[in-house]
Parts: sequence; C-alpha cells; structure tokens
Amino acid sequence: MTKVSMTVNGKTVSGEAEGRTLLSGFLRDHLNLTGTHVGCDTAQCGACVVHVNGEAVKSCNMLALEADGADVGTIEGQANADGSLNVIQQAFQDHHGLQCGFCTPGMVMSAAALLKENPRPTEGEIRKYLEGNLCRCTGYHNIVKAIMAASGQDVGSIAAE
Amino acid sequence: MPKDSGIGASSKRREDVRFLTGAGNYTDDINVHGQAYVHFLRSDIAHGRIKSVDPSAAEGMPGVVKVFTGKDFEGVGGMPCGWEVTDKHGAPMQEPPHPILAQGKVRHVGDPIAAVVADSLEQARDAAEAIEVDIEELPSVIDMKAAAQEGATLVHDDLKNNICYDWQLGETDDAKVDEVFANAAHVTTLDLVNNRLVANPMEPRVAVGEYKRGTDEYTLFTTSQNPHVIRLLMCAFVLGLPEHKVRVVAPDVGGGFGTKIFHYAEEAFCTFAAKACNRPVKWTSSRSEAFMSDAHGRDHVSKIELALDADNNFIGLRTNTYANLGAYLSTFSSSVPTWLHGTLMAGNYKTPVIQVNVKAMFTNTVPVDAYRGAGRPEATYQLERVVDKAARELGVDPIALRRQNFVTQFPYDTPVALTYDTGDYNGTMDKLEAAADLAGFAARRAASEAKGKLRGLGVNCYIEACGIAPSNIVGMLGARAGLYDAATVRVNATGSISVMVGAHSHGQGHETAFPQVVADMIGIDESMVEIVHGDTSKIPFGMGTYGSRSLAVCGSAMVKATEKVIEKAKRIAAHLLEASEADIELKDGQFSVAGTDKSVAWGDVTLTAYVPHNYPLEVEPGLEETAFYDPANFTFPAGAYACEVEVDPETGQVTIEAFTAADDFGNIVNPMIVDGQVHGGIGQGIGQALLENCAYDENGQLLSASFMDYAMPRADDVPFYGVDHSSQTPCTHNPLGVKGCGEAGAIGSPPAVVNAVLDALNSGGKAVDHIDMPVSPSRVWAAMNG
Amino acid sequence: MYNFEFEKPSTIADAVAALGGEDAQALGGGQTLIPTLKQRLAAPLTLVSLGGIPEMRGVCIEDDGSVSIGGATTHAAVAAEAVSSYPALAALAGQIGDPAVRNRGTIGGSIANNDPAACYPAGALGSGATIITNTRQIAADDFFEGMFSTALDEGEIITSVRFPVPQAASYQKFLQPASRFALVGVYLARFADGVRVAVTGASEDGVFRWSEAEEALNKEFRPDALTGLHINSANMIADLHGSKDYRAHLVSVMTKRAIQACM
Repeated sequence: MTKVSMTVNGKTVSGEAEGRTLLSGFLRDHLNLTGTHVGCDTAQCGACVVHVNGEAVKSCNMLALEADGADVGTIEGQANADGSLNVIQQAFQDHHGLQCGFCTPGMVMSAAALLKENPRPTEGEIRKYLEGNLCRCTGYHNIVKAIMAASGQDVGSIAAE
Repeated sequence: MPKDSGIGASSKRREDVRFLTGAGNYTDDINVHGQAYVHFLRSDIAHGRIKSVDPSAAEGMPGVVKVFTGKDFEGVGGMPCGWEVTDKHGAPMQEPPHPILAQGKVRHVGDPIAAVVADSLEQARDAAEAIEVDIEELPSVIDMKAAAQEGATLVHDDLKNNICYDWQLGETDDAKVDEVFANAAHVTTLDLVNNRLVANPMEPRVAVGEYKRGTDEYTLFTTSQNPHVIRLLMCAFVLGLPEHKVRVVAPDVGGGFGTKIFHYAEEAFCTFAAKACNRPVKWTSSRSEAFMSDAHGRDHVSKIELALDADNNFIGLRTNTYANLGAYLSTFSSSVPTWLHGTLMAGNYKTPVIQVNVKAMFTNTVPVDAYRGAGRPEATYQLERVVDKAARELGVDPIALRRQNFVTQFPYDTPVALTYDTGDYNGTMDKLEAAADLAGFAARRAASEAKGKLRGLGVNCYIEACGIAPSNIVGMLGARAGLYDAATVRVNATGSISVMVGAHSHGQGHETAFPQVVADMIGIDESMVEIVHGDTSKIPFGMGTYGSRSLAVCGSAMVKATEKVIEKAKRIAAHLLEASEADIELKDGQFSVAGTDKSVAWGDVTLTAYVPHNYPLEVEPGLEETAFYDPANFTFPAGAYACEVEVDPETGQVTIEAFTAADDFGNIVNPMIVDGQVHGGIGQGIGQALLENCAYDENGQLLSASFMDYAMPRADDVPFYGVDHSSQTPCTHNPLGVKGCGEAGAIGSPPAVVNAVLDALNSGGKAVDHIDMPVSPSRVWAAMNG
Repeated sequence: MYNFEFEKPSTIADAVAALGGEDAQALGGGQTLIPTLKQRLAAPLTLVSLGGIPEMRGVCIEDDGSVSIGGATTHAAVAAEAVSSYPALAALAGQIGDPAVRNRGTIGGSIANNDPAACYPAGALGSGATIITNTRQIAADDFFEGMFSTALDEGEIITSVRFPVPQAASYQKFLQPASRFALVGVYLARFADGVRVAVTGASEDGVFRWSEAEEALNKEFRPDALTGLHINSANMIADLHGSKDYRAHLVSVMTKRAIQACM
C-alpha cells in the first residue's frame, strides 16, 4: 500500500492504494464517490470519465497512484455552488438527455471537457467528441441536442423532444 | 397547446437530478458491512465433460472464505424456465436442468464451474487460478442446422436430441399451405439471419446477497427489471426459501433491455452463499464476464416465403425458423421464438393463410432470451424484408404494395392467434410520408450521386403485441406465471401520495410519468405523488417492466387503485359537505357539491381520513387502496419507419442520412419520454442492422467478447431522428388507452435500414437481393463485388 | 489485476534503473496496458510510469526542421502542438481512440506496443521517423519487426521520436467499427526524394511499407498511378470485421484517398 493524495472536487483527500488500484476504484471505494461508474474493462464505454488536471480521462484506465498530486473533478463536483444543476446538467434534464442514468456522469464530464475546448461545437463535432462515451438508452439524439443547447445554440429546429 | 402538467405533458424527469449529480443508487454502489466478494471460475471451452474439480489448493489461499463447486449444489434446484412450450405434436418441450454451478459437463464458454468467496475480489481471483479442473473437451455444437441432424453431438446427454421443441402456429394443414403457394401468381422467398446480439445495458449485472441469522431473513440486492419475479423464482424453484423471509431489492437499474428480466445463477448463488459463509457476498460482473454470462438475444436463421395473387394481394405466408436457445433454457427463452414471434407474423397485413414453423435448438453457446422486442423484431424483419423483395421482383412501389394489403377493419382476427383491437395503418403511413418528406427523396438521391455516393430509401411497417398479457391466455399458451400487475396508492394524512408499483423503471422514467397520471386524476400537483418501486418489502406484488407493459398493465392497476381512493374520498367529502355522495365532483383537487359553491379541498379530506373525528361511521379510517390489473387483450402499437442511407461504393461504408418514425402508441402520457424511448429503440435497431454481431467460431469460442470486437452504436453512427406520434388510435381495453412504446424503435428499424441499403445498391445497377445483418462495410463490398 | 509496485521516476536515468528490476515494465499512458493487466494477461512486479519525466514530454522543431516528440507526449498534445509543424501527424494523433484516451495515451507507448492496428506505427514508418531511445537511434524501417514486436531491448525506453517533415502527407484511417482502431490505415508522405506509404491494420505482420505503390508514385504522383496495382492479400488479417481481400481492397482505396489529399 502506498499513500496517495489528490484534490477531488476542490477538497484535499488522501488514502492508501495498491499499485493496481484504479482511479475509479479509489474514487468509488475509498472516497465513496459512486457517481463515477464502471461500464467496461477495455476503455471503451466512458461511464468512468472524470477530469484530471482539467482533462477528461477514463478513470478505470488510470492507476490511482498516477493521480497522486492531481486535481480531480468528478460528477459530484459539477453542480453550481448553491446545489442547482449546472448549465450542462440542466440541459440534459431539459432535453431528456438521459434515461437509465448510468452513462450520464461520463457524458456530462465529457461534454464539459468538450465545451471547454470548443464552446460552440457543431452537431458533427459533438458526435465525434463522444466517440468514447457509449449510451445504450437514448440513441444519442437528446444527448447531442442537450450539449448543443448547453452551448447556447438554438435547438428548436431539431426534430421533436 | 401542449399541456404543462398531468397526462399529455412533457414533464421533466425528477429522477434526472440524482443521476446528473452522481447521486444515483445502483446496485454496485451498495456495500454491506462485512461483505465478501465472489469470483466465478468460468469455462474457457464450449463443451466438455468435467472429470474433476479440486478446490483444495484454493481453499488455503489468503483471504479465501469458501470455495464452491457443482457438488455444493447437488440437491439444490436449478434455474427454472418460466414458459412451457408445447410442440406441434402435443408434447412438452425438452427441458434440461440448469444448475447454479456446472455439474457433469460445461456447455458454453462462460459456464460457471466453481465460485470463490474471499475477503477481496482480487484474492478470489487469485484463488480461482489455483483450482484444479480436469475437463475432457467434447466436440461443440454451434451451427443450429447441424445440431438438428440425426446423430449430432448432444448438448444435453439425457435429451433425445438438440431440439428443444418443433413448434408450429397458424395453418396446421401442410397440404392447404402447399396449395396456396402452388396457385400463387408469384412467390417470393428469402433466407435470412437475425443476428445474435448482446443487450449490453451500460450497467453490468451485480448481486449482493445478505443473510441475517437472528431472523433467518435474506436480502438480495440485484440489477433486475422485476424483483418480485426474481424472488418468486428463486424461492420457489431454486433455493426452496419461504418468500416472506426473502427481500429482493433492485435499486436504480442502469438499463436492461430484457437481459435483466431473467433470474440468473449469480443471484441465487449470492443468496445461498451469504448463509453458507455467514457473510454478505457481492458479485459485480465485468463487461468481459457479461459477454459470456448475460443472456444474449435474437439468433434466428429463417426461410420466409410470401405468396401473392395476380393482383399482388398477399395470399399465403410460410416461415421456417431455427431459433438458438443456447446451452440452457433461460427464464423466458422458450416463449421468445414462439408466442412472441409466431403470433406477429401477420404484421400489418391481411394475409389469410399463415404457417409458422420454429425449431428451437440447444447449442454450446450462452443462453439466448428476450432482448428489446423479443421475437417481434425477428418476425418484423423477416416479413418486411420479404415484402420489399416481392415489390422489387414485381416492379411495384413497396409502399403501395403494403398499403394494398393493410388490415383496415378492426377488430381483426389474424390467422396466428391474435385479435388486433384497433389501428390505422394507412393513417400512420400518411404521417410517415409527410414527416420523412418522401416526395423529396429523388432530389436527395441525385445530390448523393453527385458526390459519388449511392442513396437508398427503405420504408416498412411494424406491429407488436405489448402489454403482456391476459393471464388466462398466456397460461393456456404455457406461461408458468400470471402477467397482471399491481399498485397500491397510499394517501398520507396531509394529502401527499406514495404509489407502490410492481413495474420497475430501468430508464423509462416511471418516477415522473406515473405521478402525472395520478395527479391528473385527482387534480393535484405532480410533486405530491411519489413512486415506490424495486423493493419486494414495500410493494404488494408486480411482474416488472418488459414487453412495453409498464403503463399499459401496471399503469392500469394504478388507475384502478386511484379510482378506489377517489371513490372513498368522495364518501368522506360527502359526509363533510353534508351532501349525497352521488353529487360530489372532484376537480382540481377540490371536492364540490354539484350545482353549489360548497367544496372541500383534497388535503382536508385526506386529513379527515386519518383524523376521523367528523367522519362517516360506516367508512374505515385511512386512505389506501390496492388494485391488481389483468389486461383483457394485448395492446398493438404499430407504425411505419423510413430510413435513408448513403453507401460509399468504394468501401461499402453505409451511413444513416435520415431516419423517421411514425408510431401509433394510442394515448401518450409524457411525449418527451415516449420520443426518447423511440430514439433509443431506433439506435439499437441501427446497431443491429449495421454494427452489432455476436459471433462464435466453430469451436464455440466467442469472437466478439468485448467492446473491442462487439460494435456498439456510437453518437457518430446515428443521425438525429424524426419522430411523429400524432397518429393515435387509443387502445380499446385499458383505462388510459395506452399501448406501450418501449420496444417499437428496435422492432421497426432494422428492416428499414437493410431495405435502404439494398435500394441504394440496386440504384447503382447492382442487383443485390439480400445482405445479412450487420450490414458491415465488408459485407456490402462483398455483395457489390460478388 | 495482479498486484505490482508502482514507481514514477522523474528522470530517464532513474526510469532506466527502475526498469532494470525483476519483471519491471514501462507504463506509458496505460491505455492498452491497463486493460491487458485487468485481464491478467501480464504480471509485472513493478510498473515504471514514464509520465513524470519532463524531458520526455512535448513537441519541438529541431534545427534541421524535423519535428521531435517526447516519448511520453500524449496523443492530445501532439494533435494540438504539431498542427503547424506537421499537420498530417497531428491529424493522425487526433484520430487515435477517443478524447479521453488521447489525454492519456502516449506516442512512445503506442510505438513500443506496435499493435498491428495502431495508428502511430503507420505515421512513424510512413514518415521515415527515427525512434530515439535511452541508448540509441533506430530508423523506423528497422524498428517495427512484426505484430507486437519491435527492435527495442528489454528495459529500453523510447525517449523521443524524430519525424522528418514531408512536403505533403496524409493519414487515411478506415475504422474498425468496434474498437475504432484502424481496420486499414494508410499513411502517405511525399518527400523531395520520394514517397513513402505505410499501412497499418491490414497485415498479420503489423505495419508495413507498400513498396510497389511507392515505386509507382515516385514515377507519377497521382491516384491513377495505382491503377492495376493489387496488393497481395495472402498475409492480410481476416476477422469478424473484414476478409483478407476486403482489407487488400481498402489499402488501395485509402492510399488513393491519401494521394488525393496530398495533391
């Protein structure tokens, strides 16, 4: 076991981790931040996406010890300071961008990373950026729409809610 | 104007807030104090005789609590099948045992041989590697047609062959069917495969078993669409436990699509092991494990023949299907290729003579069971493909050919055992033609061709039987369960309401949509109504969520229970208002006396029910009612779908350029949720048509064993979809007039995609009749160059 | 996963020392290695992360105009930082995996792994890059020795990769629909002294140069130059996603598209 410390959602945390402890496991099991989900074991599904030093990464494909000293952001830290949904979260609710909710934390984290680097993405850019996030429920329609809406674009012309 | 609350409003989903903030409570988020972890040692060969399993080396390893093998489950029941199919000769299906851990033989890659319970998952995995297993490999049975041959290797040594049943529906007189085909002006024949799929809900399965010695009570937390069904099957057939000592909880469920209906060995194991180890036992499937332990879907090989007269009327239809059941009978596997498939072969058409033949096969593959649509996509795919092929052969417009043969008079008794209560297939097709701008297709094709691409249009219809089902009918057909549902409406003293429902949302938004109905009936704010589901200790009973049944069946129970509540509340209100009960009206949460300005609010009546000082003596205090609802018939959602594709003639790559759905779901409670259900179904249908392929090699090794080889649809594989739900013929026999919408998209979309691809290739001058799904670039290229 | 010790040295020398230990293995971004460890297909005693070595990160332009990329530079960094200096390579890096994978995966890790369907081996071989290790410089033509096999010695670290910058280049990737690795990927680079065509995803021997196409293009640089050229499909990969013949066909199509993109 090795001691590991990091900042998670603005708070300094530390704990013990084995070499093989994944960042996703550290967040879920040690910090009880179970919003980060694990949906596959081949780095494909993206349910585990978190931000490490501001960049989207797949937390089930990164060792906890690799994140020693890092600034980590998870879905639990995304809401506004007053607890209300942030712009992306609110757009997902407004446009029904989630159903079972399991892929949702990863989708929101990826969407946040996208909008940081590309504040007004086209439909095509959103679809391409979500290459590493699988959703089995929505057929992606309302996810793409929600992200466009979150970036301030008019989605009224897109087929039905 | 769209409504802003109640039935018909696109109320935003209240459950979203917890899902969007990481506050959901999925089964893997549950950890019970003191829990141990189980790892299953699974077979890496498809078929073999177990000569010995020696756990002794594993038992002493660090952290190991207990090692289980098949021997530990001798005398314990196996996994049951919930539907007995009778074959065409009147004999019951062959029903082999399905042990919790393999006994005697392993029958598919992934078949569990042993289970190690240890302090940590990694310790359990370490120890599993130390178990000595001696298995004599046997030839594996993979190809269904070969499996049906006389003398084929047997998957189950005690069965007479690998055929679970040889089933027939419709016209039983072969000579009569032959005669129809002999006299036909035209016969179109098509051989096709409905590809094996893996449901792959994003949440893998999880089970946590807990046992309390002091009270002899068990709790199972599990990823299930129907916790009561799991409790019933596990208690009555597998472990022999008293139901009242077992609580099954399915918290937030991360998608199911059918594959979380079934009772799985891992659930029974964790429950059993919790007592045997005197510790809670947790199992979390990895995705790789899911590929070889979740029931798969589809996997039919079919020949379909359509007979037409000289005027292009459909006069006969005959199908011969081999349906893969895998190595064991999963919970509802036997019903899928039969009653959920054969009964839908009439489609939207008035074909007078239909014969459906199905041989269900045991093979050395993972069990196959219901996956979104369950039998109905297999029926629709065959039918809508052969109709398109007939149109091409006859040189007629495929939409006109369909319209000509539509059922137009309702109720309509099909030759395959169903009675369609209502529908308007021409009306729905009209909606589709407008919504998809089919008139503009020629111009779009020209634009694609100018870019060097081939463009194709595929249009088809579908019908499904949902809201399963009248229990007396399914009982006659072999179901070993009733298929009603139940709800309790518990009104609290201050007027808020908890509704305990037997349906269990795994993404469908019940927590939002169900309260819309109750609130609308009473005239109170939706926020005053809360849904309780997914816990057998809190809910009277329920058959769960699948087959697009939740609102049609459980919602009807909820309506009935709410009606009972209102009736009782009116009696109380009548007392308070000193009026006759017959004169009491309920509107906007106010009880009033007709023709007067006297009224009393909902909250005052509910408070009176619990503080019955001024109260009618003949009425019991309290305000809580339960109703069970057993439908009178199936519901019949139907629709018409259009897909436009582009094909890159150089690579064979297909892209979906447009997809439009026109569905008739009857009345709609929450349009936003309904549209979302259709989007998701279409996404999965496009996945089946273009991408997904669960494949085995000839030795029974799973070739698509992870997301690296099983192609899931991604955001850039699909377009925005057009959906139109304005065609509405309400169901005639349930109180809400609803039909169900969960599976439609997955049923209606695969033939539209494939027909569109074939249309594109034919437009390029290549006469291609058929390509099997998934229509991958490689297959398209091969067809173009074949 | 089997357990292992984790080390994160901050200098190349320390990394080399750590990798000298028993069953020690280098960890780049881990985007392939970690899934492999999860399947228990590898059992290193020590994983030596190369992610903490500043001198192994970044993109810079050498005096001779070549672009040098530190071995621990992520795909995302290459996609962003090489846009002006070597746009085709930046575009290749931007097509690997998905955004989250690109934020972790590294060029050194990809090239050292030499997955037969990976993108970077095509970029390196197609560019005639030089793979620089802690002990030597290896020409790409000598480096890739077949599927998952390279000229690297045990414990040898790719510290950087130096790419000569061609007059024009293009990477054309046809996706394997599940993994989104290359079903076939063609990297074509046109230098003053000739054309290089490297193919990934197609061959059971891993990345290779399509020399017949190079010869034809050296005579005449236009898509038609490939007319009549058929690559032998005997050594091509056949799997769920495509036959040998299909892959051979795609090599031609992707090469033609790369030529077009370079015109």
